[in-house]
Amino acid sequence: MTVRVQQATFDIGREVSGFAKGRSDVGAIVTFTGVVRDVGDGLRHMLIEHYPAMTQNAIEKIEAEAAQRWSLGDSLIIHRFGPLEPGELIMMVATAAPHRADAFQAAEFLMDYLKSRAPFWKKEVTRNGEAWVCAKEEDEDALRRW
Amino acid sequence: MIDVVYFAWVRERIGLPKERIETDARTVAELVAELRRREPRYDAAFADVSALRVAVDQQLSDFDASLAGAREVAFFPPMTGG
Repeated sequence: MTVRVQQATFDIGREVSGFAKGRSDVGAIVTFTGVVRDVGDGLRHMLIEHYPAMTQNAIEKIEAEAAQRWSLGDSLIIHRFGPLEPGELIMMVATAAPHRADAFQAAEFLMDYLKSRAPFWKKEVTRNGEAWVCAKEEDEDALRRW
Repeated sequence: MIDVVYFAWVRERIGLPKERIETDARTVAELVAELRRREPRYDAAFADVSALRVAVDQQLSDFDASLAGAREVAFFPPMTGG
């Protein structure tokens, strides 16, 4: 169970190959990586703000909830903050479990909760100006299925 | 004394990230009402609290939550992580 909140980028390959390494009880590893995407407004960069005093604990709580619901051997969450350019990595989630169903579901659960319960806010700076990304109704709906 | 912190557009609208406030507010809602009376920029930022979220001592909370013993209250828009 690892949570890292950082400004620096990370190397997906290195993170995944080191994750749950040497665990003989793990039969499935699922990973998700979020990337800064230009939705067509000429994105210059995305600014990610967070609540430093709260972020780590909030994510650890979400991770602990996932560990209670599914049989997880391990989990890893990395989330970046600061200015990020299109194509840069924003975050990643990795889950390891004896079976793939648990690994997939736990990863989706973590993603859904990180989206609307971890204290991050995104601002898009485009060639037309800048605007805070609004939370979507469907993000809130996504939590109701769990 | 309580620390009040603001994030994202709430921070921008109020014009500062953090302030220490002397208050007798017993709940988050009372604190909001007190802030709104201060200046138009606070009034504008808190005009629609349904568009805001609050954390008391770094725990997501509600506007009717008690502030008894609280040290830090944070106001921010719905989160957009992931």
